[in-house]
Amino acid sequence: MLNKSYYLILIISIIIGISFWIGFNVNLLPDEASINAPIYDELFKILFIIGLILFIGMTALVIYSLFKFRKKEGEFGDGIALEGNLSLEIIWTVIPSIIVLFVGIYSYNIYDRMGGMNELNHNHETMNTNSEKIWAGISQANSINSDLDQTAIEVSAMQFAFLFNYPQGEFISGELHVPVDQKISIKMESKDVIHAFWIPEFRIKQDIIPGQPTILNFTPTKIGKYPIICAELCGPYHGGMRASIIVEDKSDYERWFNQNNKTNL
Amino acid sequence: MTILIDNKAKVKESLQPKGFLRYFSFSLDHKVIGIQYLVCGFIFYLVGGTLASAIRIELISPLSDFLPRDVYNQVLTLHGTIMIFLWIVPVVNGAFGNYLIPFYVGARDMAFPRLNAVAFWLIPPSGLMLISSYFIEGAAQSGWTAYPPLSITTPQSGQIIWILSVLLLGGSSIFGGINFIVTILKLRRPGLKLMNLPMYCWAMLGTSILVVLSTPVLAGTLILLSFDIVAHTGFFNPALGGNVVVYQHLFWFYSHPAVYIMVLPAFGLVSEILPIHCRKPLFGYTTMVFSIMGIVVLGLVVWAHHMFTSGTPPWMRLFFTIATAFIAVPTGIKFFNWVATMWGGKISLNSAMLFSCGFIINFVFGGITGVALAQVPFDIHVHDTYFVVAHFHYIVYGGSVFVIFSSIYHWYPKVVGKLLNENLGYLHFALTFIGFNLCFAPQHWLGLNGMPRRVAEYDPQFQLVNQISSLGALFMAISTIPFLVNIFISIKKGAIAGNNPWNGLTPEWLTTSPPPVENWEGEAPLVREPYGYGKDYLS
Amino acid sequence: MTILNSSDEIKKRSDDQIDHHEDYRIFGLIIFLIADGMTFAGFFAAYLTYKAVNPLPQGSVYELELAIPTLNTILLLISSATFHKAGKALFNQKNDISQKWLLITASLGITFLICQLFEYFNLPFGLTDNLFASTFYALTGFHGLHVTLGTLMILIISWQTRINGGRITYKNMFPLEAVELYWHFVDGIWVILFIILYLY
Ligand code: HEA
Ligand code: HEA
Ligand code: CUA
Ligand SMILES: [Cu+2]
Repeated sequence: MLNKSYYLILIISIIIGISFWIGFNVNLLPDEASINAPIYDELFKILFIIGLILFIGMTALVIYSLFKFRKKEGEFGDGIALEGNLSLEIIWTVIPSIIVLFVGIYSYNIYDRMGGMNELNHNHETMNTNSEKIWAGISQANSINSDLDQTAIEVSAMQFAFLFNYPQGEFISGELHVPVDQKISIKMESKDVIHAFWIPEFRIKQDIIPGQPTILNFTPTKIGKYPIICAELCGPYHGGMRASIIVEDKSDYERWFNQNNKTNL
Repeated sequence: MTILIDNKAKVKESLQPKGFLRYFSFSLDHKVIGIQYLVCGFIFYLVGGTLASAIRIELISPLSDFLPRDVYNQVLTLHGTIMIFLWIVPVVNGAFGNYLIPFYVGARDMAFPRLNAVAFWLIPPSGLMLISSYFIEGAAQSGWTAYPPLSITTPQSGQIIWILSVLLLGGSSIFGGINFIVTILKLRRPGLKLMNLPMYCWAMLGTSILVVLSTPVLAGTLILLSFDIVAHTGFFNPALGGNVVVYQHLFWFYSHPAVYIMVLPAFGLVSEILPIHCRKPLFGYTTMVFSIMGIVVLGLVVWAHHMFTSGTPPWMRLFFTIATAFIAVPTGIKFFNWVATMWGGKISLNSAMLFSCGFIINFVFGGITGVALAQVPFDIHVHDTYFVVAHFHYIVYGGSVFVIFSSIYHWYPKVVGKLLNENLGYLHFALTFIGFNLCFAPQHWLGLNGMPRRVAEYDPQFQLVNQISSLGALFMAISTIPFLVNIFISIKKGAIAGNNPWNGLTPEWLTTSPPPVENWEGEAPLVREPYGYGKDYLS
Repeated sequence: MTILNSSDEIKKRSDDQIDHHEDYRIFGLIIFLIADGMTFAGFFAAYLTYKAVNPLPQGSVYELELAIPTLNTILLLISSATFHKAGKALFNQKNDISQKWLLITASLGITFLICQLFEYFNLPFGLTDNLFASTFYALTGFHGLHVTLGTLMILIISWQTRINGGRITYKNMFPLEAVELYWHFVDGIWVILFIILYLY
């Protein structure tokens, strides 16, 4: 008896060990380029490890029973007439409930750190002026210098392009340029059908809905050029509907900004 | 009290064509209708699979080169719609439900045989109508979800035909659901208690409750959508003041329960197959019943997890996260009970058993990615990407389709009276299992790294993984060959199965193979312990 | 407690067997009505959401007149009672009286429909004017469709209750009971609709 539970514990710890090893060493995610991304990846790691433990565990159980309890050649008769076991049932109701609760609370915490629970309308100064109702999006807390100057940009999506309007500069661009390490707030509206604004490296996505402006806040942390992808089926050229976001130094950004501003004045 | 049989229907039945021809006629026999559902569904599966092959061929290269862009969208819309509404739903409910439920409750037919036949005969014409829309002005091209305003602005004839056929299929499913509820609750043989019923009856009861409560909402929604298209009302058209998110709520109020409509009956079928081949009673019958009902209740209140990026308020996202994740608990109970059923059994590892075990492994994987998707912050990144495509193929293909194959291997001897060839069965399983995992496992990575779904063109860095996926699809396509060969050869050449090749205890095995028109020559047997394996009175 | 086993016996008993079917046919109908009710529930939910989140047009044009719908509510409630009377009369084997009550019920239904059409023609807005108008017409129209169907069925069963040769007798009450249940259901939906659409 003691022997058996000893083996059980050993096997469970091996499974857990393997899962942790894979969870920490296999990277399935693209670059982290916004302050949301590391938070997201933390959640992903936890989910990945828990998922691996459960999956490897279940698979091992199934395969083990297939080998262990195979009917031998020429053997007849039935297995043991075991119809149930209350304490087992309770165990496998309670443990998953605990896991699910833990995951739920943890992801609430992550969501809160990403700023999902923040009031949206206060974040966007320029948008407070018009009283139209703003629908949800992901907001952001703990940004690096949130109060200093946030850049507000208006995004309009149409079949099949994004247009970026810089209200302070009064010009429209097909590329989104943003300064690094600064909180960006975008307000999105669609001219025709539903689109979505997705930057995989930032781990954020928000639908752009006709008739219901949405807001998305993020803070890029890494200089570079990343794709902006439309993630909602919007017609034949949905797959080609993309733009780029260029994250650059504040000085580079300002140079770009002034250049455009001049040509458009 | 007597067993109630619609005798009028039975008398008429003697006028029905006999033999092979009856499968092509308006038959009232539940067994014939069941087979009709299965064969019809399988033909649509081949059509849907051909469309899937077209998708995978297009995705071999990053450019949109094999299909024109709008045709690609039509193909994926048809693929999703056909696979869901014409293959999985009719087969796991209609086919096996009609064949098995009357046996399990000890009746000679369903409660309403005529309604039953009508429900089936709605399917082929609406399926053909759906496919024919492709040849008129092009099929619907807004995905199986048909989100407005895209579905309002794309070419109208295809969308309208899509709506019509989904409405008809929904009607068929409601009629079927009513029939199952009444049959299970009211037609039980005297002496048979609800808690003596085989598990599949419970699964079908739960499924039918979901069908009756949720399908009508889809019907109403699609009627409003068709008004928007034809009469230019503005329910879902923002240009006319409408609200597109309302459509999404109404649609998912149906379509989330629909995923349990696709999988609960499969759970029921597995619960029938495992005990027989493991020679052990089904573990934890009562908790299984409660977990089914738990899934039904929870399944009705989680729909908004498909809309985490649609501008839903934070409190709503959180509520739906928790509710969704909790479905893992009753589902988990079922899986642990199945493993416990295998534990200590005398397992014969035949094709039916292989597919059932494959189902358990695949579904746990798909379920775990599902629980991950339920977490709002996680879903925000992967929503509408190939991660979601991978999640649901793990469940609908690795789950429901594996169970359908398992069930065909399991019940074929009963229906035809001949055994299937086991070696071809192994080959079929190996090809399917490898091909399936090869096709869909890499798609998780694609989704996480930035490939959205429903695109005909993608970034070059995804090419290799997409090619692996397409190779897997090729394996799956090839895997249907040994299966079909097996089915057709065994009809003529298979070994005679005998009445009860697996020594089963559930009522359908206690009659001849194939069963007579009235299901039993004599009295319907009273099976109080459908899973009484290993008990003394068995010999 | 016997179970039919030979087909001769089945044929022999087939006539009186049919009579015992009410039990589960009515049950099936109830499930169908639940499903039908869910369709309305979907419409109501859509309407209430629109009302909550989409600013509906203001102004006297959209203040609905209450006179006709109130009359219609009363008509339908009365018709439920008259239908009940018809059922009772049939149970007491008074087919002629039952038929009379049925005809009264049907005429109440027809009056309801006429009033409804009258209201439609006098409303200052049309189907596609705006969201409110569209939902208004969709809800009342879908309900009107149910009333039309019900009225037709009442006319058919009232024909079938005639004394000589009618198929509906006290022995075969099912068609009448089924339509009665349906009719009560349609009335109930109207009451909800009246409260949500006109009063709320
Ligand atoms: C048969 C079909 C089926 C089934 C059964 C499920 C089951 C589940 N699904 Fe899935 N789903 C789909 C079909 C299905 N799904 C489809 C078709 C889509 C895409 C629709 C579209 O957009 O086109 C989708 C999309 C989808 C989304 C939206 C993704 C997005 O678009 O962003 C989400 C999010 O929450 C989700 C979650 C879940 C969950 C939590 C379950 C759960 O029920 C799973 C529960 C099972 C388990 C968890 C495994 C067994 C349990 C254990 C071994 C116990 C221990 C486990 C834990 C404690 C975690 N699904
Ligand atoms: C419900 C069940 C179901 C099933 C069983 C399948 C099965 C398959 N699906 Fe399905 N799929 C969906 C439901 C399903 N799918 C849904 C709902 C969508 C979403 C649609 C949307 O976005 O709106 C989708 C979307 C979808 C996509 C994403 C498209 C996109 O977003 O751009 C892909 C891509 O790989 C894919 C692939 C496959 C493959 C390779 C199979 C394979 O398993 C198929 C295997 C079968 C065969 C290969 C058939 C073999 C037979 C032949 C080839 C012979 C032909 C001969 C004759 C006709 C005589 N599917
Ligand atoms: Cu815009 Cu897809
Ligand atoms: Cu869902």
